[in-house]
Amino acid sequence: MAEVTEQKVKEPKEPLFSKKNKKLLTDPLADNNPITIQVLGICSALAITAQLKPSIVMAISVIFVLGVGNVVISLMRNIIPSKIRIIVQLVVVAALVIIVDQVLKAFAYTLSKELSVFIGLIITNCIIMGRFEAFALGNGPWKSFLDGVGNAAGYGLLLVIVAFFRELLGSGTLFGIKVLGDPIEKTGLYAFGYENNGFMVLAPMALITVGVIIWVQRSKNKALIEDH
Amino acid sequence: MSLKDKLHSLKLKYKGKKMAPAFNAIHTFLYLPNEITHSGAHVRGADDLKRTMNTVIMALLPCLIFGMFNAGYQHHLAIGEITAVDGFFGSAFWSIDNLVVGLWKVLPLVVISYGVGLAVEFLFAVIKGHEVEEGYLVTGMLVPLIVPVDTPLWMLAVAVVFGVVIGKEVFGGTGMNILNPALTIRAFLFFAYPTWMSGDKVWVHGAVERANEIAGGAQLDAISGETVLGALAQGKQVAYSASDMFLGFIPGSVGETSALLILLGALFLVFTKIGSWRIMLSAVLGALVMGLIFNGVVSAEWIGTGSKFYSLMSTEFWHHLIIGGFAFGVVFMATDPVTASQTNKGKWIYGFLIGFISILIRVFNPAYPEGVMLAILLMNVFAPTVDHYVVQGNIKKRMKRLKVKTA
Repeated sequence: MAEVTEQKVKEPKEPLFSKKNKKLLTDPLADNNPITIQVLGICSALAITAQLKPSIVMAISVIFVLGVGNVVISLMRNIIPSKIRIIVQLVVVAALVIIVDQVLKAFAYTLSKELSVFIGLIITNCIIMGRFEAFALGNGPWKSFLDGVGNAAGYGLLLVIVAFFRELLGSGTLFGIKVLGDPIEKTGLYAFGYENNGFMVLAPMALITVGVIIWVQRSKNKALIEDH
Repeated sequence: MSLKDKLHSLKLKYKGKKMAPAFNAIHTFLYLPNEITHSGAHVRGADDLKRTMNTVIMALLPCLIFGMFNAGYQHHLAIGEITAVDGFFGSAFWSIDNLVVGLWKVLPLVVISYGVGLAVEFLFAVIKGHEVEEGYLVTGMLVPLIVPVDTPLWMLAVAVVFGVVIGKEVFGGTGMNILNPALTIRAFLFFAYPTWMSGDKVWVHGAVERANEIAGGAQLDAISGETVLGALAQGKQVAYSASDMFLGFIPGSVGETSALLILLGALFLVFTKIGSWRIMLSAVLGALVMGLIFNGVVSAEWIGTGSKFYSLMSTEFWHHLIIGGFAFGVVFMATDPVTASQTNKGKWIYGFLIGFISILIRVFNPAYPEGVMLAILLMNVFAPTVDHYVVQGNIKKRMKRLKVKTA
């Protein structure tokens, strides 16, 4: 019998930030953005983007949950029985979300009041379960980490852009600072008869703003337009 | 060289260039187009899109002119310079003074509406390389008629840009829109700047300024320009008689007050077969049915006089037809052929629900008692669904008939 020589197929060592890995991080920011291209995670984009501050907190929370969660799932990917993998994934997200929730309650209580249930609802954010299923279950921890951070950052980026326009046009403020003047004392722009656009604060305008961003993005990059 | 020839030579010069649609549009608007059908002609009809639009504008003109006089009349009445008229031809109403105020306040609205709207249309035509469509001609006339006289012009401009781009162009332009563009513009104004679209200050020119002067310490009487619906929603006494409401001597959006002239426009539209009488009739029926139901609730004493819905519910059912924007919306906007149902049976359902829901919203939403705008927008969304089921029902019926025959 021929001798079975144990030959380890050693993969060539990849540098930490190889081109492929960098793509994992940067692709979801633009050309594969979870909100504008995959149209996931819309619900929270509607709910909390009326102002910049909660949007940024939300973005950071999701980056943390998805980055860490992806690593955890990726490390466990070979021992999770595939029949109960959804439950395992839920437990992981739930644990991480509770950590975020408790940290916010401890260090930024008013903000956590403002975000109310939406931090808890990160669990149901389609992007998170989507990345666990689509990426972390089939890739190593480092790549999963980059993918998680990239996707969450793409989501957060959109949140911040939408919130910027909604807060500026809807309330005339940025981070609560009255950049357009005081609407009651009629200073700045308000002296000329300008008024805040109340529609921007309502949820439909978040959807329309996202729609306009999708429109601009696709007219700039024709490759993104689907055939139908 | 005449202007027409000049335009024609410009058209030939710019043929195929980016600016071509802009010249074509001006040319077609002012004169007949020079283009003739290249391949074999089929049926010739004179009622093209342009003529359809012009007919609607003709039907709107009486409302516009009345609206101008009414703007001045309400203003002068409110500041106490004239007394209320009792007949339709009262000289205190049809005076030059009233017309001057009306022109001063209403014409800018018309100019802004057309200027901004057509600019957006031209821009999109040039970018997308298609001809400028006539669809905005009617929208541009409707918009100034359905806003309060004192609407700030920049707000109107913003709303027009929003309405034309998001309400129409993103769907592919005239004929492809789901929502009525004029109502999209009004809805945008209402949700974005509610203080300028409701309440008791905006409907009469001068009331806002007067309120500011009083706030500044001037010794003046406040002007209350409350609409009939606004007064009813707050359970106040209505100061106007039914004939005032029918003839239109009441505060309200510029062109919506005179039910008489709207009726005239409706007859004109039905006679020229531009507007669908099915939609108008069924909407009126729907409103009457809902009004009768509410009257029934009141006379059965299911609600007491203390209820906040009482005064709107107890309004006589036929008053709903002549107050607020109901008549105007039903005649000129529910009948918009693009956004309404296409099938005849569908039109009955579509119209009936518009009337029904309008009165429902009026009564149960005291914060904003004008329901016809939201009712029409809602039914615009459902119109294709209504059509779908009407068509499916027809197919089913005929399949059955076929089966009976062959069996």
